[in-house]
Amino acid sequence: MYAAIAAARNDASALLLDKSLVGRGGATIIAQMTVAAAIGHEEPDHWTDHLQDTLAAGRELCDEGLARLLCENGPARIFEMDGWGAHWARGADDRIRQVKAPGHGRARCCYVDFLNTGPGVAGTLRRQVSTLDPVRRVSNIAVTDIVVHDGRAVGAVGLDVVSGNVVTFAAKAVVLAAGGLTKIYRRNSASTNMGGEAYALALWAGAELIDMEFVQFFPIAHLAPRLVGMDPIMWDPFRYKLGGRLLNGDFEEFMHRYGGQDSGTYTTVRDQASYAILKEVEAGRGSPHGGVYLDFRHVPDATLRGAFGPVIDRLAHNGIDLTQTPVEVAPTAHYHMGGIRVNGRMETCVPGLYGAGEAVGGANGANRLSGNAITEALVFGECAGREAAAAVAGTPHGWTARAAEGAVERLNGALGATDDSGIPANVLQQRLQTVMWENAGSFRTADQLGRALDGIREIREAPVAVRPTGSYNLDIQDRLELRAMLTTAESVVRAALGRGESRGAHQRLDFPESDERLVGNQVIEMRDGELTARWPAGAGR
Amino acid sequence: MTGEDDPTTGVMTEIRVWRGRAADEGRYDVYRVPYEEGMSVLDALVWVRGHVDSSLAVRYGCVNANACKTCMALVDGQVAYMCTARLTPAGGKVEPLPKRPLIRDLVTDTVPDDEKLDPSGRRE
Repeated sequence: MYAAIAAARNDASALLLDKSLVGRGGATIIAQMTVAAAIGHEEPDHWTDHLQDTLAAGRELCDEGLARLLCENGPARIFEMDGWGAHWARGADDRIRQVKAPGHGRARCCYVDFLNTGPGVAGTLRRQVSTLDPVRRVSNIAVTDIVVHDGRAVGAVGLDVVSGNVVTFAAKAVVLAAGGLTKIYRRNSASTNMGGEAYALALWAGAELIDMEFVQFFPIAHLAPRLVGMDPIMWDPFRYKLGGRLLNGDFEEFMHRYGGQDSGTYTTVRDQASYAILKEVEAGRGSPHGGVYLDFRHVPDATLRGAFGPVIDRLAHNGIDLTQTPVEVAPTAHYHMGGIRVNGRMETCVPGLYGAGEAVGGANGANRLSGNAITEALVFGECAGREAAAAVAGTPHGWTARAAEGAVERLNGALGATDDSGIPANVLQQRLQTVMWENAGSFRTADQLGRALDGIREIREAPVAVRPTGSYNLDIQDRLELRAMLTTAESVVRAALGRGESRGAHQRLDFPESDERLVGNQVIEMRDGELTARWPAGAGR
Repeated sequence: MTGEDDPTTGVMTEIRVWRGRAADEGRYDVYRVPYEEGMSVLDALVWVRGHVDSSLAVRYGCVNANACKTCMALVDGQVAYMCTARLTPAGGKVEPLPKRPLIRDLVTDTVPDDEKLDPSGRRE
């Protein structure tokens, strides 16, 4: 949405396509946490300090240009959104409130109360986008291919989900801002449209991906009792403010067994916490749903209410009383550091094709700081829209129907087929999620990754049930999404196999140490339909 | 969270779901789904799609976070978000929104008019 706004104010017209409803899908809407930007309202801060913290978390792998762009332009985006009516939480002095999230050296994370940051940001952008005549919004379009002609992106082919018709779109430039890939994992904190389609679309169009091995897992996502109306990663702010003890299924503390310490504080880093939880479950000491307990029973009710007010009522509505019962938590796929390879103007190696938001790789290196995801959505979106508008000003459309023929035929083929004997695509998606969860999670070995490749191949070759098309045919949508999910999953596994070391969010149990020779970013590309991983000159082996 | 593994309690519940492509040509399909305390109507429908009939059309985005606000339907006769409406062991009934044009099954036309594709399909 920010890209469309920036394109419109740089004299371009923009077509904003969304697989769900515009501004209601993706990761932003579900994010209840914070937006990091060095605006210095809470305490003195500077974007260079934010950059230092971002680079430190990225474990030598950040693209410094992109990280700098994120940190330097974050404040301008926060203030611009403020002018558009984003309700950033404010103190009595009318200054924007900021909190200090783990890994940040200053209190620089802005938020919308109470745990309403993502919906607040998405709502503000939706309203702003709707006021701009040059922006045309179309909901329920599932883009299946970027159209490339003479090496240049000239439009897209997609499915109009509501009618079931194939549609084509001519464009002088295309910005891919379709988010991350966490839906390829069984346990995830994703919206339904986070199947990694942006990465697959980029690869198929000839663009490159980087850092695909770096998937961020969040250690203590909510598992049980059933909780609705909340982001599953909501326990993080509870822990910074209140502590909270992690206990195994036998109600014993366990973090010390894995070199950490817990005892009600919140000091264990995420990777270590995830590892400890998975190991306890593996040893048969998990909670009933396959996680561990997070216990706040030692925190008085008044303290809970003082910190989280209405959220405590929402929990009560879910039958959860933190003073009486611990909740079950477990690691979940949460964010993807890697993504489409772009330069500082958000350009991919395919002229006319841009990336933005979580779909872009590089800014966060091997691990992302809490709060940087929405910042990059805002900053990179603005940059991509502005740069794309400038690049195409005065140029003619490059669209030809012939260039779109292959993609249109492929989509028509998928829509026209009927085979009731196969397996429904959503069932195959679940199999893929299990394969990736069991073999390509945060802790991997070469053997597991090999099994993941086998599993991906089997799912790709499995007969898919296809039913006659028509309006709102989820079987077809799932099938198109599965195709993208398989490409994206394979790129994660190939990159993870290629990095024989442990660094940040990528932990190889068969290579537990970091290897200085591997300070570099692996690039994934598609050649003749095959994915390959390569190291840049001077890195790798 | 999607696709999580729930311990089987063995308790089943029933959900009656309106199916059809035109408002006056519908039927109710009844599905038996494993019951877990606190489960939402949407949980049950996602389970049905994954285990019984993947062709069931239902609109949802954020999966039980009640953030996207796109999963509205009639639950036991009341307009509700399916992600926050709870199912009980006594079962429940789900129907499409009555005042919106029907698209398919539980999906109605809730897309704002200015977010629709031009019927001619052609745009600059």
